[in-house]
Amino acid sequence: MSILVVAEHDNNEIKGSTLNTVTAASEIGGDVSVLVAGSESSSVAEQASKIAGISSVIHVDDPIYKNFLAEDLGNLVASIAEGFNYILAPATTFGKNFLPRVAAKLDVQQISDIISVEGADTFKRPIYAGSCIATVKSNDSVKVITVRTTAFDSSPMTDSSVTVNSGDVVDSLNNSSFVNDEIAESDRPELTAADVIVSGGRALGSSENFKIIEALADKLGAAVGASRAAVDAGYVPNDYQVGQTGKIVAPTLYIAIGISGAIQHLAGMKDSKVIVAINKDEDAPIFQVADYGLVGDLFEAVPELTDSV
Amino acid sequence: MKILVPVKRVVDYNVKVRPLSDNSNVDLNNVKMSVNPFCEIAVEEAVRLKESGQATEVVVVTVGGDESQEQLRACLALGADRAILAQSEGLLEPLAIAKVLTKIVESENPNLIILGKQAIDGDNNQTGQMLAAMLDMPQATFASELKIEGDNAVVTREIDGGLQTISVNLPAIVTTDLRLNEPRYASLPNIMQAKKKDLSIQNVSDLGIDVSDRTSILSVELPPTREAGVMVDSIEELVEKLKNEAKVIT
Repeated sequence: MSILVVAEHDNNEIKGSTLNTVTAASEIGGDVSVLVAGSESSSVAEQASKIAGISSVIHVDDPIYKNFLAEDLGNLVASIAEGFNYILAPATTFGKNFLPRVAAKLDVQQISDIISVEGADTFKRPIYAGSCIATVKSNDSVKVITVRTTAFDSSPMTDSSVTVNSGDVVDSLNNSSFVNDEIAESDRPELTAADVIVSGGRALGSSENFKIIEALADKLGAAVGASRAAVDAGYVPNDYQVGQTGKIVAPTLYIAIGISGAIQHLAGMKDSKVIVAINKDEDAPIFQVADYGLVGDLFEAVPELTDSV
Repeated sequence: MKILVPVKRVVDYNVKVRPLSDNSNVDLNNVKMSVNPFCEIAVEEAVRLKESGQATEVVVVTVGGDESQEQLRACLALGADRAILAQSEGLLEPLAIAKVLTKIVESENPNLIILGKQAIDGDNNQTGQMLAAMLDMPQATFASELKIEGDNAVVTREIDGGLQTISVNLPAIVTTDLRLNEPRYASLPNIMQAKKKDLSIQNVSDLGIDVSDRTSILSVELPPTREAGVMVDSIEELVEKLKNEAKVIT
């Protein structure tokens, strides 16, 4: 069996999601190759070559891959796919964006967001916002799969490195262009990689009030998350959103503050190791998944918690 | 500019879905069905483009059984001009749906195709991207803002790190994220009017494409449940438990 993992990176560093995806590939078993497609990305190819459990790196470097536009990246991966039995990418906005194009080009029904490998062609994946888990068997000869990163450990890095081979560029479709990114700069840990997350909901009432969430997060060295309601209300930017359609997280400690616990939010955080909920409504569904619940006024409880840790 | 909006009939987002007792699939007996919320956002965006004079016609299409006419009528009540039902036997997979939509696009020739980024039943997040690849069209997924500028669509996308803006040549595919707009409610007069709008039916079996399933569902189960936790009475007690019982803070 040969498996291609498409690496997520920013042309400087490999992203942690790639390491989780390699672990999923290793669980399938076989020769794992990592594709690094980017622009001026040789440092990424070098890092990739040190991921444990892989047998080679394919590096394709060209300005057309600088912003990972789905059209060109999809065609590139489809062109490299021949000879591979599996094509894997992380189920992040990076992987979700281009991998279905690859599946369509290969005439394959993609399996999205797998949480476990049950066999060579059988996988588990959540459906209906995680209300149910489906065991799905793929009958396609090639399997095209996105991987839920929180469901697989990170593959470690080693000191030795595997061969890096250059791959061929595929002509650009030239039908899409990058304008700009607005990426929030923060000293806090990245939400999907954080050990501790403090999340706020609509009960915070304003972006000004959200500062008490940030103060607690900073005291704990935590990332800051939010419910959809808090993002929709404009208290925090979209990249804070935890849930079915936002980020899927599974930290050691998740503190949900003023979050009622709609199923769409629970879908994004219920695999956290320890969940703490603070809410003034004792009937809030968040308490059904919380290990520790406190009914109370968050504007009193949160500053007190910040002072006590 | 003509806009095509593919939509899907799904279980209403308020319904808690459970497996069938034999775990062969999910139990969809007697549950409320609705237009997929992301598809409603797509319809709303298309209707707004028409209302602002940038689009001339909004056509909604769905691939599904006869009962999907109900969701098409709902979209017509939201302001779409006409509807197409591509009638299929049973539910199709995203790959097959994209193939059917390719045929509809070839006959309708829209300048813009807007879809929801995912349907809340299978949570696959595939159809728009697959359709784009099959048509060799550019795509702008997870849109939170859409502007038409000449022959381009300038789209702000919600990505993991924040926001990204790209420009795609028309015709193009756009998939909607939650914050693109807030869909309106259909008024009673519009619901009545929608009953008179054109709804044409095509048979998927007449399109000459293979829509057979490529995957099989072996079982559907409830996810593992978390053990019931404890309620604490004070922050002091919470901190004590986090330190000494859960050992997650020091």
